[in-house]
Amino acid sequence: MSVPISGAGRYIGQRVLRKEDLRLLTGRGQFVDDIAIPGVLHVAYVRSQIARGRIVSMDLEAARALPGVRAVLTAADLGQFNVRLSNMHLHENNGPITLPLTAEYVRYVGDPVAMVVAESRYIAEDAVALVYVEYDEEDPLITVEDAMTGPLVHADRESNVLLQIGLPPNPEYERILAGAAKVVTSTLRHQRIAQSTMETRGCVSNPTGMGELTVYIGCQSTHIASAAIAIAFGLSENQVRVIARDVGGGFGLKAQPWREEAGAIAASLLLRRPVKWIEDRLEALTTSCPARESDITTTMAFDADAKLLAMGVVYNSNNGAYPHMPDAGMPVMMFMPGPYRVPVYQFTGKAWFTNTVGLGGYRAPWAIESLARESLFDKAAREFGIDPIEIRRRNLLTSSEVPARNPLGIEIDNITPIECLDNLLTKIDVPAFRAEQAEARKQGRYLGLGIATYIEPTAANGIFPLLSDHAQIRIDHAGKVIANLSTHSQGQGIETTHAQIIAEQLGVSVDDVTIYQDDSTRSGFGPGGAGSRQAVVAGGAIIRTARLLTDKIKAIAAHALNANPDDITIEDGMVKVAGAEAMSRSLREIAELAYGDAKRLPPGMEAGLDAQYRYTAPRMFTHATAAHACVVEVDAETGFVQIKRWISSEDCGVQINPAIVEGQIAGGVAQAIGVVLHEEFTIDARGNPTAVTFKDYHLPAITDVPILEYTHISTPSDSEGGFRGVGEGGIIIGGPTLLNAVADAMVPFGTLPDDLPMTPSKLLKLMHSEMPA
Amino acid sequence: MSDHAITLTVNGRQYTEQVEARMTLGDFLREKLGQTGLHLACEHGVCGACTIVVDGLAVRSCLMFAVQADGTEITTVEGVAAADGTLNPVQQAMRECHALQCGFCTPGVVMTLTSLTTGENEPSEEALLKAMSGHLCRCTGYQGIRKAIKQLTAGEAA
Repeated sequence: MSVPISGAGRYIGQRVLRKEDLRLLTGRGQFVDDIAIPGVLHVAYVRSQIARGRIVSMDLEAARALPGVRAVLTAADLGQFNVRLSNMHLHENNGPITLPLTAEYVRYVGDPVAMVVAESRYIAEDAVALVYVEYDEEDPLITVEDAMTGPLVHADRESNVLLQIGLPPNPEYERILAGAAKVVTSTLRHQRIAQSTMETRGCVSNPTGMGELTVYIGCQSTHIASAAIAIAFGLSENQVRVIARDVGGGFGLKAQPWREEAGAIAASLLLRRPVKWIEDRLEALTTSCPARESDITTTMAFDADAKLLAMGVVYNSNNGAYPHMPDAGMPVMMFMPGPYRVPVYQFTGKAWFTNTVGLGGYRAPWAIESLARESLFDKAAREFGIDPIEIRRRNLLTSSEVPARNPLGIEIDNITPIECLDNLLTKIDVPAFRAEQAEARKQGRYLGLGIATYIEPTAANGIFPLLSDHAQIRIDHAGKVIANLSTHSQGQGIETTHAQIIAEQLGVSVDDVTIYQDDSTRSGFGPGGAGSRQAVVAGGAIIRTARLLTDKIKAIAAHALNANPDDITIEDGMVKVAGAEAMSRSLREIAELAYGDAKRLPPGMEAGLDAQYRYTAPRMFTHATAAHACVVEVDAETGFVQIKRWISSEDCGVQINPAIVEGQIAGGVAQAIGVVLHEEFTIDARGNPTAVTFKDYHLPAITDVPILEYTHISTPSDSEGGFRGVGEGGIIIGGPTLLNAVADAMVPFGTLPDDLPMTPSKLLKLMHSEMPA
Repeated sequence: MSDHAITLTVNGRQYTEQVEARMTLGDFLREKLGQTGLHLACEHGVCGACTIVVDGLAVRSCLMFAVQADGTEITTVEGVAAADGTLNPVQQAMRECHALQCGFCTPGVVMTLTSLTTGENEPSEEALLKAMSGHLCRCTGYQGIRKAIKQLTAGEAA
């Protein structure tokens, strides 16, 4: 059964203030570095200062002799653990064997070659400076072009191709290209992005008892972390308790533990002491699973009416030496067709090893598909001489064409791109903007309007471990509600949103609901924050669980009060019988009965008030939809892009809490602004990262992000509760919206450069290379 | 490393401690005094997460040594709400405006806004926005912080 719950309930759809905020605003959160255990030792890593070469010798004696140093460990010391790191799917998928410490041959600047374990981080860093490593340096492969022609990054692999994806060549594609009225093509080079969670990675590993391990770790799921650590160390999950109360941003960086966390865990097992590793910002900006670096060449063939006939894509990604998410490019192929009619589709992609730090997955790892597709639609519209909105209207799937399957066989149904676009256009007067734009150009001011549309695949179902979520809800003897969820929050506000769902379903106050999701031993297995899934999947699990619980409450009350269960409702924590106000009982009274008076329960009913349910969303992907618009002005003197307006029109189904929905959109849009205008993980020719502080790596600041305007439509999905998810959409659509606006502003000067970000210097160069038309 | 005795007042309580000359004030407050609400996020003075109030001024605790704080009066995020838990106006505005998500940068934002709006200070919205340009947040796109600033500078009307 799948009945959407109301979009405007007592709690669903309300801007309920966040439960998390009271502790976070008063300094009482518990982040990983806040964990203090007596006798804890601190780790600092000795990292390679060259990008490629053999370790000739390592002199560790001075470091070992430093007072306060408890151990200086190398790969040989950790060999006994036979550590095998897995990817987020919990297996060694295509990646090279990845160890905490490198033994003989370094493959990127920052490759950890030894670790110091000391009484304080200060002493550990002192000792790191005393380690002398001699290398036989080789020329590194930095770019994909280098990897195509250079020597093997991993000598045991057949080539530098980590992963090849694609569709079989379709002869139809070439035929369509040859006969099409118009063929447009463009290349986009996506820079490397430093994920830049404000809380860096970190863990505290405490070996307790016999073969037990308690690990506090920055993660996105305590269960994935527990499973990955268990696999890495040959333990079982019941031996690895993972605790993560507050996590300061995830975005994919913390999807599964990686080399440095595993090193700290190994040290704790070896030394039988609690061991802490907290990444510093230098490490975070240079060696912490950066993302995105890839290039994509897209070709679109149109008929004379600007209707798309075929799309072809060539994609290459620079995945570094030890990728954290080796298959980050795979979804590009799956999602590139988006909400459009794509009769013929061709894709070939390769992920390459290079001598750079391994690539991770960052919020919507496939997002380059929307950047490439949406910017090419705009280019085609310019060549046809039609409006960018019009070319989308001609190619978006209409409601009469769905359900449909995209060229990869993914079911596309129940989507609303045209509705989102229409709703967007009620907020912006495009003809008036065009008039303003024309007038401004005469004065040497360059305004641009960008629009983009997309569908976001959410709540993936069928790719392990992204399948199901579990809820266990109990009403305690005092009538308060406690839920143990398989979810995890790195800022998404799940303690609030999911409490809202519970409060709505059970008829209790949201203040009386407490959610726990911080301990792998407390809740059922779940993959946590990944793929915009927790509202949809855990939301569904909660609704089903609450329904079981409600049925039980009604049965108990009906039996005790000699009433018909169908006449019983629960409102504001009171169990009421229709037409018999005096018979009302508080939930507490029913709970006391359930826990304490078996004789008064219906015959055969088990005692207590708790229930659980594991839910799987009904589709391989649920889809959220959006259309965004933004207006920019490019300063002709400075090349600086000022964002003057930004409008989001989205459909994430039933909204649990619009303030949190808007927060997710805004956070993603800000990250997209970073991608298009500001951020770049730069690497020099020898492989050295060169943006090593937040002064060199430019995160968007408050003055770089405009006030966003939102408009929502809420079309329930067909998953339980009608939710669609909203976690990644902002960064997916924000990129092409802004890129299209900048391109529109720069039309008088020609075509934008093909490499992100669009820095003032690149735009100035463009403006100075061409005189305005 | 040489140790030094320092005496300072933190959130209304006086402490005398021995500290290494090189220990940053941020590490000292977290590790020796347990004020873990103070978050270190970049340790080079750019992100603002570790901001505290020292003798009435917002200061980045990663850029100051503990020994430099000898004789000062310090407030951290743990010290701004009332004893009964009532949030201060900045905390309340940030809560009402959904100005935080993961909450890691939040203590610094609270402290800068608190220092600028305490006592006789009535800064303009623009002045507070300018001050916020020294704080990095990766989650919110700053929308709720902007709203909170508007609310704080709109007086009773908010």
